Amino acid sequence: MNSMAGNYTTSDGREIGGVMMEMKNITLRFGGVVAIKDISFDIHEGEIRAIIGPNGAGKSSMLNVISGFYNPQEGEVWFNGKKRPSMKPYHVARQGIARTFQNIALFEGMSVLDNIMTGRLTHMKTGMLAQALWRGPAEREEVQNREVVEKIIDFLEIQHIRKTPVGRLPYGLKKRVELARALAAEPKLLLLDEPMAGMNVEEKEDMSRYILDTNDEFGTTIALIEHDMGVVMDLSDRVVVMDYGQKIGDGTPDQVRNNQAVIDAYLGVAHD
Amino acid sequence: MASAELVSLPALLARNMRDSGSHPAYREKEYGIWQSWSWNETGAEIEALALGFLDLGVAPGEHVAIVGRNRPHFYWSMVAAQMVGAVPVPIYQDSVAEEIAYVLDHCGAAYAVVEDQEQVDKTIEVKDRLPGLKVVIYLDGKGLRKYDHSHLKSFADLQAAGREKRGTLEAELSRRRDALTLDSTCVMLYTSGTTGRPKGVVLSNNNIIETSKSSGQFDVLSKDESILAYLPMAWVGDFIFAVGQAYWCGFCVCCPESATTMHDNLREIGPSYFFAPPRFFEEQITQITIRMEDAGRFKKWLYGSGMRLARRVGPKILDGESVSGMDRLKYKLGNFFVYGPLRNRAGLSNVRVAYTAGEAIGPELFAFWRSLGINLKQLYGQTEASVFITQQPDNEVRADTVGVPSPGVELKIAESGEVFYRSPGTFVKYYKNDESTASTKDAEGWVATGDAGFIEESSGHLRIIDRVKDVGKLSNGALFAPKYVENKLKFFANILEAVVHGDGREACTAFINIDLTAVGNWAERNNIAYGSYQELAGHPQVLDTIQAHIEEVNESLSTDDMLSGCQVSRFLVLHKELDADDGEMTRTRKVRRNIVAEKFADLIGALYDGSDRVSTETEVTYEDGRKGSIKATLEIRDATVFAIKALEAAE
Repeated sequence: MNSMAGNYTTSDGREIGGVMMEMKNITLRFGGVVAIKDISFDIHEGEIRAIIGPNGAGKSSMLNVISGFYNPQEGEVWFNGKKRPSMKPYHVARQGIARTFQNIALFEGMSVLDNIMTGRLTHMKTGMLAQALWRGPAEREEVQNREVVEKIIDFLEIQHIRKTPVGRLPYGLKKRVELARALAAEPKLLLLDEPMAGMNVEEKEDMSRYILDTNDEFGTTIALIEHDMGVVMDLSDRVVVMDYGQKIGDGTPDQVRNNQAVIDAYLGVAHD
Repeated sequence: MASAELVSLPALLARNMRDSGSHPAYREKEYGIWQSWSWNETGAEIEALALGFLDLGVAPGEHVAIVGRNRPHFYWSMVAAQMVGAVPVPIYQDSVAEEIAYVLDHCGAAYAVVEDQEQVDKTIEVKDRLPGLKVVIYLDGKGLRKYDHSHLKSFADLQAAGREKRGTLEAELSRRRDALTLDSTCVMLYTSGTTGRPKGVVLSNNNIIETSKSSGQFDVLSKDESILAYLPMAWVGDFIFAVGQAYWCGFCVCCPESATTMHDNLREIGPSYFFAPPRFFEEQITQITIRMEDAGRFKKWLYGSGMRLARRVGPKILDGESVSGMDRLKYKLGNFFVYGPLRNRAGLSNVRVAYTAGEAIGPELFAFWRSLGINLKQLYGQTEASVFITQQPDNEVRADTVGVPSPGVELKIAESGEVFYRSPGTFVKYYKNDESTASTKDAEGWVATGDAGFIEESSGHLRIIDRVKDVGKLSNGALFAPKYVENKLKFFANILEAVVHGDGREACTAFINIDLTAVGNWAERNNIAYGSYQELAGHPQVLDTIQAHIEEVNESLSTDDMLSGCQVSRFLVLHKELDADDGEMTRTRKVRRNIVAEKFADLIGALYDGSDRVSTETEVTYEDGRKGSIKATLEIRDATVFAIKALEAAE
């Protein structure tokens, strides 16, 4: 079950590029607890890559390694052909990686528009004083950034809540705002931590469509964690399966579905 | 105005470009900013599109379907289609694929201009059955990158192709444009089809232009009006307001950012000319009431006293009647503190003329808006008339009439009570349906509306009472119009639905459904515990309240010389809510009379046999399709019936 090397074409005819991110023999420990044990896999440019596994399998930890929030004790992270030194999440963000969170992490008191504008932070060059005075370059910069944000608002169809404080929104819409903020960073790689958790069928359908459209429209590479198997199998091009911190499967949805280790992990086989 | 050459929409467009080229014609909010197009810019866009249509090979007489929400591009598509001699056919954008397929197939549309992926998917779903459909043009390409583009084309590409080939196609375009006359088809609109299949109503340039001209004069509309186009483009009203009148008068049509931002956009635009169904005005009042209940004591007092004054003198001031100086001063103050902000809240600050139509509107609701100084009026119309049959002139506005015949319209009431009209706006025919055309429109041009009504002698206003097929007679020969009475009952917040029986009987009786929200709210405030709809519906105090409402309606009916026989003598409150899942209502929440009568025959029997309670069992369908049954014993009450007062008044 080795991950495929090089370019390939998906079942629906999309051309997938070369390796964008490669995780080599990652091991992550918290004290004596091993959250991730010697895992390797890669993410190709333009693909939708899912990480699945039962509760506590280490999926979110893996996403946190990719986003630079955790630095693994062992192993290497390669991004765009370069080995990544251990770095802070905001450095990672500047490299073009954006994410959403399992538990929504928005600024509740701020409007939807302002929340999404914060996603533009990595694209702002003028200083705080210049922005406060709002003259010359700072003004031009804000207008440009606002234009990008407005296009994302249009893309995700949230015009009607543009000025609404996030705290007043229902759950499904907050999730969409969080996606909007991540998109505002114009990421090359977008990490989604359970984008459909707690949603009803209709909201899931909407979210799936936005994820596919994002990939289609902006060519964004997407790595996502999700529990809903139906959604994962429909959306993703390739799937990594984790259980107890280890990789037990990797391949296309069809390959993974027929993998005995995966079936055991999901149906529950006694672990020694 | 020299109307000799103004024979088509493209001709009106040319006139507007000549006379007020820099005046805004369209506005649309996009990316958070209102974008606008002047008449000159509009002309250029439409011409590029029309040239694109020619490039595509659109032939005169072919049909171009248009499926999308209100956007300038779709209005341009309609005019561009006409410019090349084709017929625009707007379709309801929320129709399912089947319904769209029916219309596309019926009119044989060769081209469709649609909004986005959702609409493209619908056309693809039914494409196999529609060999005539050649090209689908889409406005928003999101998600369509991977689609097979052999039959798909983007709106922008079409215009670009048109611009590029202007040199070779221009002569053909002016030839086609010059060939248009008053008799050319302007638009084809499909009726919503509550009874049977939708029918394609063919309206000529003459229908639309004459109607727009005379209705524009009726309300003195000028090029300085602005309207918000938010009602379905496939509905005749939108075509008259946002195309006919807009092109005739040259005013600006504003399109909301999305369907969900309509209220915000309404406030930003502040239209001067506005149409909304009664539901809109109802919802606004509910919003205001809920907010006021949460407000502080001072604000509540201000609102309460302000509205009391407004109810007393507001409509009089609006109609220019005499009001004491003190009241006038107080109203001015109220206007500053209460009425102005409320109008602004509703987005109606600049409204000079507002219309509502479609359903009966409650008198309180009507009075509320008029007392705030909003010139809300009613009109009565239908697709076959290019909207206008009757409308209310300024200062002659009442809740229970629909106004005087619109300019150029003749009315006649048949023996059966059915309203007939004849006007310059009367449709040409139903497309490919001569049989229906003949049964609706007679040789002299009189059109049957299907509504029963009468013309009030004192005022000359038309009053609609019911659909002709529902109107009957009581056994004593008095007129029976159930819907008229039901509407009066439903104006009470506590009554959600009412079904009145009485055709061929000696007296009228009624089934009532209480409004669980309103009555539940009341129960909460009065510490009345209840476990279900059924329990609350059977509460003696609830029955008392409903009885009081019915008696109030009876009293008002007793002053009506035609309908005084329809007073409700006995009633019961149903043990379940009438529901579309059980087939008792249509999906659009209209009661299916015969099904209700059949299903609850035992209850109707009890209403007429004098018993004071009745036990029954009813089958219900749950939302997941399972079936169950409800058992109940219902109390039947008598309501006071009033002597006919109209006779005394006549003496």
